[in-house]
Amino acid sequence: MRGWKARIGIAGKKRRPVPNSQATANSGPDGGEHGENHDHPSYLRHHFHSVEQQADAANFAMWIFLATEAMFFGGLFTAYLVYRNWYFPAFVAGSHQLNVIWGTLNTVVLILSSFTMAMGVWCAETGRRRGLVLCLSLTFVLGIGFLGIKGIEYREKIEKHHFPGLQYNLSSFLDPQSDPDVFKQYHDKPLSLDMARHTEIYFSLYFAMTGMHALHMIVGIGVLGFMIFRARAGAYTSGHVTFVENFGLYWHFVDIVWIYLFALLYLISRH
Amino acid sequence: MSEPSEHAHPIVGPGVYLVILFALLVGTALTVWASFVDLGFWNPIIALAIATTKAALVLLYFMHLKYSSKLTMLAIAGCAFLFLTLISLTLAEYISRAWGNW
Repeated sequence: MRGWKARIGIAGKKRRPVPNSQATANSGPDGGEHGENHDHPSYLRHHFHSVEQQADAANFAMWIFLATEAMFFGGLFTAYLVYRNWYFPAFVAGSHQLNVIWGTLNTVVLILSSFTMAMGVWCAETGRRRGLVLCLSLTFVLGIGFLGIKGIEYREKIEKHHFPGLQYNLSSFLDPQSDPDVFKQYHDKPLSLDMARHTEIYFSLYFAMTGMHALHMIVGIGVLGFMIFRARAGAYTSGHVTFVENFGLYWHFVDIVWIYLFALLYLISRH
Repeated sequence: MSEPSEHAHPIVGPGVYLVILFALLVGTALTVWASFVDLGFWNPIIALAIATTKAALVLLYFMHLKYSSKLTMLAIAGCAFLFLTLISLTLAEYISRAWGNW
Protein backbone atom coordinates (compact mmCIF):
# COMPACT_ATOMS: atom_id res chain seq x y z
CA MET A 1 0.00 0.00 0.00
CA ARG A 2 2.36 2.68 -1.16
CA GLY A 3 0.18 4.46 -3.70
CA TRP A 4 -0.38 8.16 -3.19
CA LYS A 5 -4.01 7.59 -2.33
CA ALA A 6 -3.00 5.36 0.55
CA ARG A 7 -0.46 7.91 1.73
CA ILE A 8 -2.88 10.82 1.82
CA GLY A 9 -5.49 8.62 3.44
CA ILE A 10 -8.23 8.35 0.83
CA ALA A 11 -10.15 5.18 1.61
CA GLY A 12 -10.52 2.96 -1.42
CA LYS A 13 -14.15 2.04 -0.85
CA LYS A 14 -15.44 5.61 -0.67
CA ARG A 15 -13.78 6.53 -3.92
CA ARG A 16 -15.87 7.35 -6.94
CA PRO A 17 -15.74 4.69 -9.63
CA VAL A 18 -12.82 5.13 -12.00
CA PRO A 19 -13.56 4.99 -15.72
CA ASN A 20 -12.02 1.97 -17.36
CA SER A 21 -9.68 3.96 -19.53
CA GLN A 22 -7.89 5.31 -16.46
CA ALA A 23 -7.64 2.04 -14.66
CA THR A 24 -5.63 0.04 -17.13
CA ALA A 25 -3.11 -0.98 -14.52
CA ASN A 26 -5.78 -3.06 -12.83
CA SER A 27 -6.75 -5.78 -15.21
CA GLY A 28 -8.43 -8.01 -12.61
CA PRO A 29 -12.08 -7.95 -11.61
CA ASP A 30 -11.29 -5.72 -8.63
CA GLY A 31 -10.14 -2.97 -10.95
CA GLY A 32 -9.51 0.29 -9.11
CA GLU A 33 -9.41 -1.23 -5.64
CA HIS A 34 -6.16 -1.71 -3.77
CA GLY A 35 -7.55 -4.81 -2.16
CA GLU A 36 -6.20 -8.27 -1.54
CA ASN A 37 -6.41 -9.27 -5.17
CA HIS A 38 -4.54 -6.43 -6.76
CA ASP A 39 -2.28 -7.88 -9.34
CA HIS A 40 0.39 -5.31 -10.07
CA PRO A 41 3.46 -4.14 -8.09
CA SER A 42 2.78 -1.35 -5.62
CA TYR A 43 5.17 0.99 -7.46
CA LEU A 44 3.26 0.82 -10.77
CA ARG A 45 1.37 4.08 -11.18
CA HIS A 46 -2.16 3.71 -12.51
CA HIS A 47 -1.66 5.84 -15.61
CA PHE A 48 0.84 3.34 -17.00
CA HIS A 49 -0.02 0.17 -18.83
CA SER A 50 2.81 -1.92 -17.52
CA VAL A 51 5.97 -1.79 -15.41
CA GLU A 52 8.03 -1.79 -18.62
CA GLN A 53 6.17 1.24 -19.98
CA GLN A 54 6.63 3.09 -16.69
CA ALA A 55 10.36 2.31 -16.60
CA ASP A 56 10.79 3.33 -20.25
CA ALA A 57 8.96 6.63 -19.67
CA ALA A 58 11.03 7.48 -16.58
CA ASN A 59 14.26 6.58 -18.37
CA PHE A 60 13.38 8.63 -21.45
CA ALA A 61 12.40 11.63 -19.33
CA MET A 62 15.74 11.45 -17.53
CA TRP A 63 17.59 11.48 -20.85
CA ILE A 64 15.59 14.52 -21.99
CA PHE A 65 16.47 16.28 -18.73
CA LEU A 66 20.14 15.44 -19.29
CA ALA A 67 19.85 16.81 -22.85
CA THR A 68 18.72 20.16 -21.40
CA GLU A 69 21.64 20.01 -18.97
CA ALA A 70 24.00 19.32 -21.87
CA MET A 71 22.68 22.40 -23.68
CA PHE A 72 23.11 24.45 -20.49
CA PHE A 73 26.76 23.45 -20.06
CA GLY A 74 27.12 23.73 -23.85
CA GLY A 75 26.48 27.48 -23.57
CA LEU A 76 29.36 27.80 -21.10
CA PHE A 77 31.63 25.69 -23.31
CA THR A 78 30.78 27.87 -26.32
CA ALA A 79 31.57 31.04 -24.38
CA TYR A 80 34.90 29.49 -23.37
CA LEU A 81 35.70 28.56 -26.98
CA VAL A 82 34.90 32.04 -28.34
CA TYR A 83 36.85 33.92 -25.64
CA ARG A 84 39.78 31.53 -25.88
CA ASN A 85 40.08 32.32 -29.58
CA TRP A 86 39.84 36.06 -28.95
CA TYR A 87 42.22 36.34 -25.99
CA PHE A 88 44.41 33.32 -26.63
CA PRO A 89 47.58 34.52 -24.78
CA ALA A 90 45.52 35.47 -21.72
CA PHE A 91 43.82 32.06 -21.68
CA VAL A 92 47.15 30.25 -22.00
CA ALA A 93 48.65 32.26 -19.11
CA GLY A 94 45.50 31.75 -17.02
CA SER A 95 45.50 28.01 -17.67
CA HIS A 96 49.14 27.79 -16.51
CA GLN A 97 47.93 28.81 -13.05
CA LEU A 98 46.01 25.53 -12.73
CA ASN A 99 47.65 22.55 -11.10
CA VAL A 100 47.54 19.54 -13.46
CA ILE A 101 48.26 17.12 -10.59
CA TRP A 102 45.17 18.19 -8.63
CA GLY A 103 43.13 18.10 -11.84
CA THR A 104 44.30 14.59 -12.74
CA LEU A 105 43.65 13.38 -9.20
CA ASN A 106 40.13 14.79 -9.33
CA THR A 107 39.51 13.13 -12.71
CA VAL A 108 40.55 9.77 -11.25
CA VAL A 109 38.36 10.32 -8.16
CA LEU A 110 35.35 11.14 -10.32
CA ILE A 111 35.88 8.19 -12.69
CA LEU A 112 36.13 5.87 -9.66
CA SER A 113 32.89 7.37 -8.29
CA SER A 114 31.19 6.71 -11.64
CA PHE A 115 32.38 3.10 -11.43
CA THR A 116 31.04 2.65 -7.88
CA MET A 117 27.74 4.23 -8.99
CA ALA A 118 27.48 1.82 -11.94
CA MET A 119 28.17 -1.04 -9.52
CA GLY A 120 25.44 0.36 -7.27
CA VAL A 121 22.94 0.13 -10.14
CA TRP A 122 24.03 -3.47 -10.72
CA CYS A 123 23.57 -4.27 -7.01
CA ALA A 124 20.07 -2.76 -7.10
CA GLU A 125 19.15 -4.69 -10.24
CA THR A 126 20.31 -7.96 -8.74
CA GLY A 127 18.78 -7.32 -5.29
CA ARG A 128 22.00 -6.91 -3.28
CA ARG A 129 21.01 -4.58 -0.44
CA ARG A 130 24.34 -4.49 1.42
CA GLY A 131 26.25 -4.13 -1.84
CA LEU A 132 24.02 -1.22 -2.86
CA VAL A 133 24.53 0.58 0.46
CA LEU A 134 28.30 0.03 0.16
CA CYS A 135 28.46 1.30 -3.45
CA LEU A 136 26.33 4.35 -2.73
CA SER A 137 28.43 5.15 0.36
CA LEU A 138 31.67 4.86 -1.64
CA THR A 139 30.20 7.14 -4.33
CA PHE A 140 29.21 9.59 -1.59
CA VAL A 141 32.73 9.59 -0.09
CA LEU A 142 34.42 9.97 -3.49
CA GLY A 143 32.07 12.87 -4.32
CA ILE A 144 33.04 14.61 -1.06
CA GLY A 145 36.70 13.92 -1.90
CA PHE A 146 36.30 15.59 -5.28
CA LEU A 147 34.80 18.69 -3.67
CA GLY A 148 37.61 18.72 -1.07
CA ILE A 149 40.29 18.76 -3.77
CA LYS A 150 38.33 21.41 -5.69
CA GLY A 151 38.25 23.43 -2.46
CA ILE A 152 42.06 23.22 -2.14
CA GLU A 153 42.37 24.49 -5.73
CA TYR A 154 39.88 27.32 -5.13
CA ARG A 155 41.78 28.39 -2.01
CA GLU A 156 45.03 28.61 -4.02
CA LYS A 157 43.32 30.87 -6.57
CA ILE A 158 41.71 33.07 -3.94
CA GLU A 159 44.97 33.43 -1.98
CA LYS A 160 46.74 34.57 -5.17
CA HIS A 161 43.88 37.02 -5.85
CA HIS A 162 42.91 35.24 -9.06
CA PHE A 163 39.23 35.26 -8.17
CA PRO A 164 37.55 37.80 -10.51
CA GLY A 165 36.51 41.03 -8.87
CA LEU A 166 37.91 44.10 -7.15
CA GLN A 167 40.76 42.18 -5.51
CA TYR A 168 41.95 40.68 -8.83
CA ASN A 169 45.73 40.80 -9.09
CA LEU A 170 47.61 40.96 -12.42
CA SER A 171 51.18 40.54 -11.17
CA SER A 172 51.46 36.85 -12.16
CA PHE A 173 50.77 37.88 -15.76
CA LEU A 174 52.53 41.28 -16.01
CA ASP A 175 55.64 39.93 -14.28
CA PRO A 176 55.65 36.09 -14.47
CA GLN A 177 58.93 35.86 -12.49
CA SER A 178 57.08 37.19 -9.44
CA ASP A 179 55.23 33.85 -9.43
CA PRO A 180 58.21 31.44 -9.25
CA ASP A 181 56.23 28.17 -8.86
CA VAL A 182 54.46 28.68 -12.17
CA PHE A 183 57.39 30.42 -13.89
CA LYS A 184 59.88 27.60 -13.36
CA GLN A 185 57.41 25.22 -15.02
CA TYR A 186 56.25 27.28 -18.00
CA HIS A 187 58.69 30.24 -18.48
CA ASP A 188 55.82 32.51 -19.59
CA LYS A 189 56.66 35.85 -21.20
CA PRO A 190 55.06 38.95 -19.64
CA LEU A 191 51.70 39.96 -21.12
CA SER A 192 50.78 43.51 -22.08
CA LEU A 193 48.50 45.24 -19.57
CA ASP A 194 45.51 44.94 -21.91
CA MET A 195 46.01 41.21 -22.49
CA ALA A 196 46.83 40.56 -18.82
CA ARG A 197 43.50 42.09 -17.81
CA HIS A 198 41.73 39.53 -20.00
CA THR A 199 43.01 36.69 -17.80
CA GLU A 200 40.14 37.75 -15.55
CA ILE A 201 37.77 36.42 -18.24
CA TYR A 202 39.58 33.10 -18.13
CA PHE A 203 39.11 32.91 -14.37
CA SER A 204 35.48 34.07 -14.60
CA LEU A 205 34.78 31.16 -16.93
CA TYR A 206 36.93 28.82 -14.82
CA PHE A 207 34.91 29.61 -11.69
CA ALA A 208 31.57 29.64 -13.53
CA MET A 209 32.15 26.26 -15.19
CA THR A 210 33.79 24.41 -12.31
CA GLY A 211 31.41 26.10 -9.85
CA MET A 212 28.35 24.98 -11.83
CA HIS A 213 29.86 21.52 -12.01
CA ALA A 214 30.53 21.54 -8.25
CA LEU A 215 26.94 22.66 -7.63
CA HIS A 216 25.75 19.61 -9.58
CA MET A 217 28.06 17.47 -7.45
CA ILE A 218 26.62 18.97 -4.24
CA VAL A 219 23.06 18.25 -5.40
CA GLY A 220 24.14 14.71 -6.34
CA ILE A 221 25.79 14.13 -2.97
CA GLY A 222 22.62 15.31 -1.23
CA VAL A 223 20.49 12.85 -3.22
CA LEU A 224 23.06 10.11 -2.54
CA GLY A 225 22.68 10.70 1.19
CA PHE A 226 18.90 10.31 0.85
CA MET A 227 19.35 7.13 -1.22
CA ILE A 228 21.80 5.56 1.28
CA PHE A 229 19.23 6.21 4.02
CA ARG A 230 16.46 4.59 1.97
CA ALA A 231 18.61 1.72 0.68
CA ARG A 232 19.54 0.74 4.25
CA ALA A 233 15.82 0.32 4.89
CA GLY A 234 15.59 -2.05 1.91
CA ALA A 235 14.43 0.24 -0.87
CA TYR A 236 15.46 -0.21 -4.53
CA THR A 237 16.49 -3.87 -4.20
CA SER A 238 13.11 -5.54 -4.70
CA GLY A 239 12.58 -4.82 -8.39
CA HIS A 240 11.89 -1.08 -8.45
CA VAL A 241 15.28 0.32 -9.42
CA THR A 242 14.19 3.37 -11.46
CA PHE A 243 15.35 5.94 -8.92
CA VAL A 244 18.83 4.44 -8.56
CA GLU A 245 19.23 3.98 -12.29
CA ASN A 246 18.11 7.52 -13.14
CA PHE A 247 20.33 8.97 -10.44
CA GLY A 248 23.17 6.92 -11.95
CA LEU A 249 22.52 8.61 -15.32
CA TYR A 250 22.74 12.02 -13.63
CA TRP A 251 25.98 11.12 -11.84
CA HIS A 252 27.62 9.78 -15.02
CA PHE A 253 26.53 12.93 -16.89
CA VAL A 254 28.30 15.07 -14.26
CA ASP A 255 31.36 12.85 -14.78
CA ILE A 256 31.24 13.48 -18.56
CA VAL A 257 31.05 17.27 -18.00
CA TRP A 258 34.18 17.04 -15.84
CA ILE A 259 36.03 14.97 -18.48
CA TYR A 260 35.57 17.90 -20.90
CA LEU A 261 36.29 20.58 -18.27
CA PHE A 262 39.55 18.82 -17.40
CA ALA A 263 40.64 18.72 -21.05
CA LEU A 264 39.60 22.30 -21.85
CA LEU A 265 40.69 24.12 -18.68
CA TYR A 266 43.78 22.15 -17.63
CA LEU A 267 45.29 20.38 -20.60
CA ILE A 268 44.94 22.11 -23.98
CA SER A 269 46.92 25.29 -23.18
CA ARG A 270 50.08 23.84 -21.69
CA HIS A 271 52.37 24.92 -24.55
CA MET B 1 16.62 -11.98 -6.23
CA SER B 2 13.00 -12.52 -5.25
CA GLU B 3 11.26 -10.43 -7.88
CA PRO B 4 12.34 -9.89 -11.47
CA SER B 5 13.87 -6.55 -12.30
CA GLU B 6 11.59 -4.15 -14.12
CA HIS B 7 14.06 -3.62 -16.95
CA ALA B 8 13.84 -4.86 -20.48
CA HIS B 9 17.53 -4.37 -21.24
CA PRO B 10 20.08 -6.94 -20.10
CA ILE B 11 21.71 -6.26 -16.74
CA VAL B 12 25.29 -5.08 -17.28
CA GLY B 13 27.63 -6.79 -14.84
CA PRO B 14 30.81 -5.93 -12.90
CA GLY B 15 33.08 -7.41 -15.57
CA VAL B 16 32.07 -4.84 -18.18
CA TYR B 17 32.23 -2.02 -15.61
CA LEU B 18 35.77 -3.03 -14.58
CA VAL B 19 36.96 -3.07 -18.20
CA ILE B 20 35.44 0.38 -18.79
CA LEU B 21 36.94 1.73 -15.55
CA PHE B 22 40.35 0.49 -16.69
CA ALA B 23 39.89 2.05 -20.16
CA LEU B 24 38.87 5.39 -18.60
CA LEU B 25 41.92 5.42 -16.31
CA VAL B 26 44.21 4.57 -19.25
CA GLY B 27 42.53 7.37 -21.26
CA THR B 28 43.15 9.82 -18.40
CA ALA B 29 46.83 8.82 -18.18
CA LEU B 30 47.16 9.10 -21.96
CA THR B 31 45.61 12.57 -22.19
CA VAL B 32 47.75 13.93 -19.32
CA TRP B 33 50.86 12.45 -20.93
CA ALA B 34 49.92 13.93 -24.34
CA SER B 35 49.50 17.37 -22.75
CA PHE B 36 53.19 17.33 -21.73
CA VAL B 37 54.32 16.76 -25.33
CA ASP B 38 54.42 19.82 -27.55
CA LEU B 39 52.33 18.90 -30.59
CA GLY B 40 51.39 22.49 -31.43
CA PHE B 41 48.13 22.61 -33.33
CA TRP B 42 47.34 18.96 -32.47
CA ASN B 43 47.37 19.29 -28.67
CA PRO B 44 43.75 20.49 -28.29
CA ILE B 45 42.51 18.11 -30.97
CA ILE B 46 44.08 15.07 -29.29
CA ALA B 47 42.86 16.17 -25.84
CA LEU B 48 39.29 16.61 -27.13
CA ALA B 49 39.42 13.33 -29.09
CA ILE B 50 40.46 11.42 -25.94
CA ALA B 51 37.81 13.25 -23.87
CA THR B 52 35.15 12.36 -26.44
CA THR B 53 36.24 8.70 -26.44
CA LYS B 54 36.02 8.63 -22.64
CA ALA B 55 32.60 10.33 -22.73
CA ALA B 56 31.41 7.77 -25.31
CA LEU B 57 32.53 4.88 -23.09
CA VAL B 58 30.66 6.38 -20.11
CA LEU B 59 27.55 6.95 -22.25
CA LEU B 60 27.52 3.53 -23.90
CA TYR B 61 28.36 1.31 -20.92
CA PHE B 62 27.93 3.14 -17.59
CA MET B 63 24.76 4.86 -18.85
CA HIS B 64 23.62 1.75 -20.78
CA LEU B 65 23.05 3.71 -24.00
CA LYS B 66 24.28 0.67 -25.95
CA TYR B 67 21.35 -1.32 -24.56
CA SER B 68 18.78 1.49 -24.75
CA SER B 69 15.77 1.90 -27.00
CA LYS B 70 16.05 3.50 -30.43
CA LEU B 71 13.96 6.40 -29.09
CA THR B 72 16.60 7.22 -26.44
CA MET B 73 19.42 6.96 -28.96
CA LEU B 74 17.53 9.26 -31.31
CA ALA B 75 17.00 11.82 -28.55
CA ILE B 76 20.71 11.81 -27.65
CA ALA B 77 21.74 12.03 -31.30
CA GLY B 78 19.30 14.94 -31.69
CA CYS B 79 20.81 16.68 -28.68
CA ALA B 80 24.35 16.23 -30.04
CA PHE B 81 23.31 17.46 -33.48
CA LEU B 82 21.56 20.53 -32.05
CA PHE B 83 24.56 21.38 -29.87
CA LEU B 84 27.03 21.02 -32.76
CA THR B 85 24.78 23.13 -35.00
CA LEU B 86 24.51 25.92 -32.42
CA ILE B 87 28.24 25.91 -31.70
CA SER B 88 29.20 25.96 -35.40
CA LEU B 89 26.74 28.74 -36.24
CA THR B 90 28.02 30.78 -33.27
CA LEU B 91 31.65 30.27 -34.29
CA ALA B 92 30.86 31.04 -37.95
CA GLU B 93 29.35 34.32 -36.79
CA TYR B 94 32.32 35.27 -34.62
CA ILE B 95 34.84 34.33 -37.31
CA SER B 96 33.08 36.20 -40.14
CA ARG B 97 32.17 39.31 -38.09
CA ALA B 98 35.70 40.76 -38.11
CA TRP B 99 36.61 39.22 -41.48
CA GLY B 100 39.90 40.67 -42.70
CA ASN B 101 40.41 42.81 -39.60
CA TRP B 102 42.48 40.35 -37.56
